[in-house]
Amino acid sequence: QVLHSSRIAIMVLKVFFPSCCATAESGLLIGRWIPEQNSAVVLAVVHFPFIPGQVKQYLSEVQRVTQVNMCVLGSWSNTKQEKEEGLDKFLEDLSTIFSHEPWIQLNKERDSKVWSCCIFKKYPSSPKEDEFILVYYDQRKVMLSQLHPTDNLTASADHKGNDASKLGAVFDTVSKSKVLFMIDRYDDGPIKLTHWQSEGVEASIIVELLKQASVPVCMLLTFLLSLVSSVCKSRVLKFWPLSFIWSKLSTCEQLGHRLEHLQIISSNRKAQNQTQLMRKANIFVSLLIDMALGILLMSWLYRENRIGQLADTLIPVADHIAKELQDLLQWLMGVPAGLKMNWALDQVLGRFFLYHIHLWISYIHLMSPFIEMILWYVGLSACLGLTVALSILSDIIALLTFHIYCFYVYGARLYCLKIYGLSSLWRLFRGKKWNVLRQRVDSCSYDLDQLFIGTLLFTILLFLLPTTALYYLVFTLLRLLVVVVQGLIHLLVDLIDSLPLYSVILRLCRSYRLAAGVKFRVLEQKAGKPLRLLMQINPLSYGSVVQTYRLPTYACYPKDSWSSLCKKLFVGELIYPWKHKGEKQD
Amino acid sequence: MEEGVYRAVSGGRIALQRRQYSASCREFSVRCPRLQLRSLSAATCSVWLAAYGLFVLSQNSMVLSAAIFITLIGLIVYLHFVKIDQESLLIIGSLGIQMTSSYASGKENTTFIEMSQVKDVVINEAIYMQKVIYYLCILLQDPREPHGVSEVVPLFQSSKPRLDCLVEVYRSCQEILEQRKT
Repeated sequence: QVLHSSRIAIMVLKVFFPSCCATAESGLLIGRWIPEQNSAVVLAVVHFPFIPGQVKQYLSEVQRVTQVNMCVLGSWSNTKQEKEEGLDKFLEDLSTIFSHEPWIQLNKERDSKVWSCCIFKKYPSSPKEDEFILVYYDQRKVMLSQLHPTDNLTASADHKGNDASKLGAVFDTVSKSKVLFMIDRYDDGPIKLTHWQSEGVEASIIVELLKQASVPVCMLLTFLLSLVSSVCKSRVLKFWPLSFIWSKLSTCEQLGHRLEHLQIISSNRKAQNQTQLMRKANIFVSLLIDMALGILLMSWLYRENRIGQLADTLIPVADHIAKELQDLLQWLMGVPAGLKMNWALDQVLGRFFLYHIHLWISYIHLMSPFIEMILWYVGLSACLGLTVALSILSDIIALLTFHIYCFYVYGARLYCLKIYGLSSLWRLFRGKKWNVLRQRVDSCSYDLDQLFIGTLLFTILLFLLPTTALYYLVFTLLRLLVVVVQGLIHLLVDLIDSLPLYSVILRLCRSYRLAAGVKFRVLEQKAGKPLRLLMQINPLSYGSVVQTYRLPTYACYPKDSWSSLCKKLFVGELIYPWKHKGEKQD
Repeated sequence: MEEGVYRAVSGGRIALQRRQYSASCREFSVRCPRLQLRSLSAATCSVWLAAYGLFVLSQNSMVLSAAIFITLIGLIVYLHFVKIDQESLLIIGSLGIQMTSSYASGKENTTFIEMSQVKDVVINEAIYMQKVIYYLCILLQDPREPHGVSEVVPLFQSSKPRLDCLVEVYRSCQEILEQRKT
């Protein structure tokens, strides 16, 4: 509801008061007055003695720097006994010097929790008494916190005026006024302020040292990265066989991804806003954890000659897989699952595949003396990160099961050919034809010999179908198994890449920095005195933290839906179920 | 502060506490029946008897330790995530409406809705299994459409008071909501 100024309700005046100023000495209240919401945000208390001219000058300077509309809101008195007459007159004089509409006067008696407030208006617009609400807030927490509005609010953030979030304005005001909090009580200036940092500016030596050290480190890192990226982009590596291999290996993608991350971190530009800062921090922590896990893995791997053991078991495992495949083919060449196959075709296909396996085993045995050395050097790359090690594992699996992939391609192509032939000859059988020009099925009159040969071929293909289909089925299942294993590894790599660990740890340790909203608690009341509330920060839930700050990755998600996958499998098209972002559609 | 005893939709007794802090600030707390000792003991005993039966059949002592583990974890999860002790509604005239649920383990879940987003507080009917029940809800304003409702937020979802209790809360809320419109 938009509140027009002509319709006056019981005007409720809200004052947001920092809890650190509750014990301050008497003085002036400075802060921001938000007329649309009838609320005042107090940022600090200026103590006596002061020269009004200097106060005004200081405020206009701060206003220029912070772009926050700062002014003197009223007076604050913290006295031992009941109100003195002289003090009243003095405070009234102050209200004429710093004219502000409305002038807020807060009184507190020492050792009493109850406050009293008066408002002075030059032009009292309503005959009813104004109600007063005092909201205490923790200045440091509100300054450091970042409000995450829900979807409702983000839509309304475009609207100006009354629809804008009230609390968003309060948070905004406090966080923009950092300059005001730089003066502490022990400075020798003309103005003495009390705010959350008035006891002295706090800082951490470690943080300052890191800040100083980060500049040269960033420059060095940028230089190294530019060297590496120029090497990668050089012409030598762009020739056809090499570029094809690079695009297929997932290790190279992961390395490229991490290189991008390093470039983001080591860039010289400061983060513009909070989101970019969190993203940089998340990338940094993710890289750190990744490398730590990688080095842990490396130390485990290189102890007790595990690499040698791994190399020793690799050849027998490859042999075992080959032997299993040979047994499978012998089974298919016989009477698999009680089905009777076409003997001739069976033998041809079986022997073809057996010969392939024989070739593969010979190559593996040829490479066996070098396996241990290769593994040793490849294992060193685990120090670049656990994700790189996992990508290498996935690539090794792909290389070791290359023959399964080949068999799948052969079987699929054969089956696909057969299915297309069958469908075309089936149309011929019925007297129809595929019209390429109009992309539809038309009737066609065939000659007798065309029909004769067509029907003959159709019969042959139909009766040979079960054999081919069985080979296709077996190899597709094997290929799917390998794809699923690779997919799981990639999912794990993706998880490590995209988890925003810094945000989760921040939510755990400094939960006030990620705020979903606020919560209010009603403090002790006394009749006739204004309502006192304590405003605390309501932190974001872990689920929303992960969702908001997820790092973008080259996500591997299934390219096809289930129905299109099944259709492709039935027809015999080659399937590549995991799609990489940025890959061209085949 | 006033207190009244009412009934919930399921038949259990609930207590409603009303507090008025100032002319435009009121708080309503509905307290649900507490966790009974006899239902807790009944559940624990049945789980352990079943585990002992399995142990006698299989002679594997892992079953017993698994049963103890499950009971403990189940109890902790129930107290911390499921059993709501008290639900309260704090309505502050010009600031907004705050809903708090306190769980049996002491955890508190708070949501605050600003007054500019609140369109109205109404009592709605709903079909719940085989019954028609009444529930109190807050209608949120759609920022794009002044007469539209973007979301309905139900209140007192786990204590589910009956209509007489809801009418009390509704009347009080309407008095405060009227103040912002006059």
